[in-house]
Amino acid sequence: MANADCIIIQGSNMAECHPVGYQWVAEAKARGAKVIHIDPRFTRTSAVSDKHIPIRAGSDVVLLGALINYVITNDLWFKEYVGAYTNAATLVHDDYRDAEDLGGLFSGFDPEKGAYDSSSWSYAEEEGGTIGEPSGPEHGADAGARAAGDLFGSGGPALEHAEVQRDDTLQDPRTVFQIVKRHYARYTPEMVENMCGIKAADFEYLARAITENSGRERTTCFAYAVGWTQHSLGAQFIRAAAILQLLLGNVGRPGSGIMALRGHASIQGSTDIPTLFNLLPGYLPMPSAGRHDTLQEYLDANASKQQKGFWADADAYTISLLKAWWGDAATAENNWAFDYLPRLTGAHGTYETVMSMLRDEVEGYFLLGQNPAVGSAHGRMQRLGMSHLKWLVVRDLNMIESATWWKDGPEIESGELRTEDIETEVFFLPAATHVEKAGSFTQTQRLLQWRHQAVAPPGECQSELQFFYELGQRIRAKLAGSDDDRDRPLLDLTWDYPTDEHGDPDPEAVLAEINGRHLDGPDAGKPLSTYTEMRADGSTSGGCWIYTGVYADGVNHAANRKPGREQGPAAPEWGWAWPANRRILYNRASADPSGKPWSERKKYIWWDEEQRRWVGDDVPDFPVDLAPGSKPDPALGGPAALSGDDPFIMQADGKGWLFAPKGLVDGPLPTHYEAQESPVANGLYPQQQSPARLVFPRKDNLSAPSAGTRGADVYPFVFTTYRLTEHHTAGGMSRWLPYLSELQPEMFCEVSPELAAERGLEPYGWATIISPRSAIEAKVLVTDRMRPLAVGGHTVHQIGLPYHWGVGNNAVVSGDAANDLLGVTLDPNVQIQESKVASCDIRPGRRPRGEELLALVAEYQARAGVTIETGNRAITDPEAEGIAPGPSGDASAGDGPQT
Amino acid sequence: MASRSFLQWPVVRQLSTGDLLGRGPAVTSAKTKAITPRTATADRVVQSVCPYCAVGCGQRVYVKDEKVVQIEGDPDSPISRGRLCPKGSASEQLVNSPGRQTKVLYRAPRSTEWEHLDLATAVDMVADRFIETRRRTWQQEDEQGRLLRRTMGIASLGGATLDNEENYLIKKLFTAAGAVQTENQARI
Repeated sequence: MANADCIIIQGSNMAECHPVGYQWVAEAKARGAKVIHIDPRFTRTSAVSDKHIPIRAGSDVVLLGALINYVITNDLWFKEYVGAYTNAATLVHDDYRDAEDLGGLFSGFDPEKGAYDSSSWSYAEEEGGTIGEPSGPEHGADAGARAAGDLFGSGGPALEHAEVQRDDTLQDPRTVFQIVKRHYARYTPEMVENMCGIKAADFEYLARAITENSGRERTTCFAYAVGWTQHSLGAQFIRAAAILQLLLGNVGRPGSGIMALRGHASIQGSTDIPTLFNLLPGYLPMPSAGRHDTLQEYLDANASKQQKGFWADADAYTISLLKAWWGDAATAENNWAFDYLPRLTGAHGTYETVMSMLRDEVEGYFLLGQNPAVGSAHGRMQRLGMSHLKWLVVRDLNMIESATWWKDGPEIESGELRTEDIETEVFFLPAATHVEKAGSFTQTQRLLQWRHQAVAPPGECQSELQFFYELGQRIRAKLAGSDDDRDRPLLDLTWDYPTDEHGDPDPEAVLAEINGRHLDGPDAGKPLSTYTEMRADGSTSGGCWIYTGVYADGVNHAANRKPGREQGPAAPEWGWAWPANRRILYNRASADPSGKPWSERKKYIWWDEEQRRWVGDDVPDFPVDLAPGSKPDPALGGPAALSGDDPFIMQADGKGWLFAPKGLVDGPLPTHYEAQESPVANGLYPQQQSPARLVFPRKDNLSAPSAGTRGADVYPFVFTTYRLTEHHTAGGMSRWLPYLSELQPEMFCEVSPELAAERGLEPYGWATIISPRSAIEAKVLVTDRMRPLAVGGHTVHQIGLPYHWGVGNNAVVSGDAANDLLGVTLDPNVQIQESKVASCDIRPGRRPRGEELLALVAEYQARAGVTIETGNRAITDPEAEGIAPGPSGDASAGDGPQT
Repeated sequence: MASRSFLQWPVVRQLSTGDLLGRGPAVTSAKTKAITPRTATADRVVQSVCPYCAVGCGQRVYVKDEKVVQIEGDPDSPISRGRLCPKGSASEQLVNSPGRQTKVLYRAPRSTEWEHLDLATAVDMVADRFIETRRRTWQQEDEQGRLLRRTMGIASLGGATLDNEENYLIKKLFTAAGAVQTENQARI
């Protein structure tokens, strides 16, 4: 980021939430870069930016779409880059119909399933066919259930082959470029003003800043956090930024890209080596019944041997994983123990799990350094779900609310639960801190950094490594001798790690297993150096192919610690970044098609004609000897099929995707839809919400009526949740620390002076915030940082709520939890909840206690007339919902969509 | 109170010590002079990484008598260059917080209170429950006879604050046991 000429921070409060990372933004700014912060709130990030642009929460696709339109209309796109490196010239099949043509729906929507059949979005094939998925089409409802979007953490979706049809003049109306151009034509500065509340002059400032700082000589970088992900179309927010960045040539170059600012020390690592239901390590899918019944079906579905790039070798990654887990028990005869893997039959994400707890289908639950009673959406559902468990194991440093809800949770106070009636057994097992164990974290730029152990854990505290190793040993010992087939995967598991005198397993031995090794031949036992050494014949093992190389030559490279000041800017000898220690992904795009740097100023990786190799300041993210002008036959498949101008080596066609023919379940192009709950009607389409969003129509998960519907005025305000510098998520690592508790002692809400006046809220007094799920209380902070926005002639008030506090008696500081206000509506690509925008009311005073709290929530629900159907239709029915489309958000205003 | 000599006048001290702005030795009390920083007297310094957000700031952990006495930013880190935010700076207290739980606790069904269990007993009880629930809720096949080989009776949440090696063992063990509902903060 320090190399950027312009930085757009949107969906993130980087200066407060990633303060030390922000020094690189500050450094770029000191060198003359322009920094713009786009956010509903004015924060300390805004304070140190060149400009803050307030935006209505959830309207980001309108703004990004208008920037795309601006770039195309004003002919400001980076022609050589776009033509060579993106799929702009690729032809899409005739059957494709855009959301512009169908009132906000793309072709293929299945109203019964509330999901898309995406076949009509495919690339065109010669002779009229389409380039489908290698194992045939998967319905969006099924892909969504297994959150298939998560699979693209290290590469793109699979294609049958890469023999695409192109029109390099970009004039054919079926080219991606023309489709994108038409799709965003109505995303205008006027639409931005009407939908986002951003004035035309501010839009112009933003558009000029970005475009003037893009091209051969300059680069613009975006940064986002969960302000973009926690929406019912969150993946599409990020896709919209990706399209803009590709059009401007801002991918794979110094100071370019889209920086995801993640919020936990190893949340990247726990996605790469996933404690996630739908993934196996390295973004391989967990097999699904019906789709992956045999190993062959599984391998065929993951990647075709006819597609381009390194995903074509996913069979080698899969079989090496099975060898790492089941060792000699994984043989060619038993398909490498593929049938030892359990199968998915739909969505088994954390919110689905909580709902199945309420149906008494889950007996046991482990919480491992996570506090869902406070930190997950719909806290009440989380806590009531846990009250249905037979047993609960909480492993944490502190006595978090998720361990004590049975004695001091909000439902005990409201009378919904009685301690003496709760059957759940609760085990609290104290955990080791980061300095009491050794191991690696993967930070937000894919960098693995090793932590050395400083001291032994106190008392009965244990690392997760030791606990799970011992739990596995005990389970295996108790099952030893079992002839039950179901126990074979446990008994055949490779589960033997060297331990120290305290019984703590050696984490380096685990890292070595993750890295992988040769199993046969002269190198047997030797660690693999790179994932390209993996084979599909059982001669290699490796627990996470993208991490192969971290333990090359038997050296723990995550522990590399050459001081930064003794290295160049890429600092390759500090830690180890996946894949292959590359610091900028797709960095072949930093050179032009002929292999020369786009400019001296943005030089990074280039082709050295004498050496016949790619060279530069980083590990080239490209076959190192593949000449720029190479044009192999795409029918070769795999890495051999890559052309010299295919920088996107993990994409099935080697190109950056402006239009996504596969991989997204809610549309091939980002399209603006309103949030599940919104006081504003969609000004672009009659379709109000994303038709493919995942809704859960349940009595305990009611939604507020949207604009123009009866009862919308009962919950007239927008709230958005956020973090503070001094706390960490649900508080488990901050509200127990006296220093941090003193710095931020209590829950508050941020409101504008105008809203405070309208509702009679006193500064530093109490307010009660009511949603269709719950009501909470907070101290009132009246501040100009919250600005009412004029949207389509209406004033939209937004309320800011930090979400760190929870109700319990053990923390140094406690308070009502903002997440109790949220319902559960999910993005269908990744099953992440919409928690950055929802509807509420606010009034002065504390909330009622006991049963009266439930009565207050019920009274609002009754007044708004909400039922389980409210807001939950896939396709907006203006008759039923009473919505007259129009930016005014008012059925009577009648100024209609701007076409 | 002893009378002060001319030499103790602040301005004289400032001039004589070269501390012209009066922020250094000229105003240092005897008590302060006698103090040495914990970082100077530590038995060893261990390189670590901050456990809060995903920036991955370098930390130096100062240990004396097998206790963590201070945690500071690591100036060697090319990511953080020695800096820490309020949370990272407070992480010594995360380790030594007086409210931290270091004992195993158990709450029996319908009980109103915690009781202590020893660690080995607790782990053994969890293993028994794991096996029992797995047996009771096992799904070998779906209604079409397709292999499922799993339990939907056991779930977990957490991993984003844990090490890669820990996530690896959790995923490996749960997958082998057929417990597919393994999730973490990345879903949230």
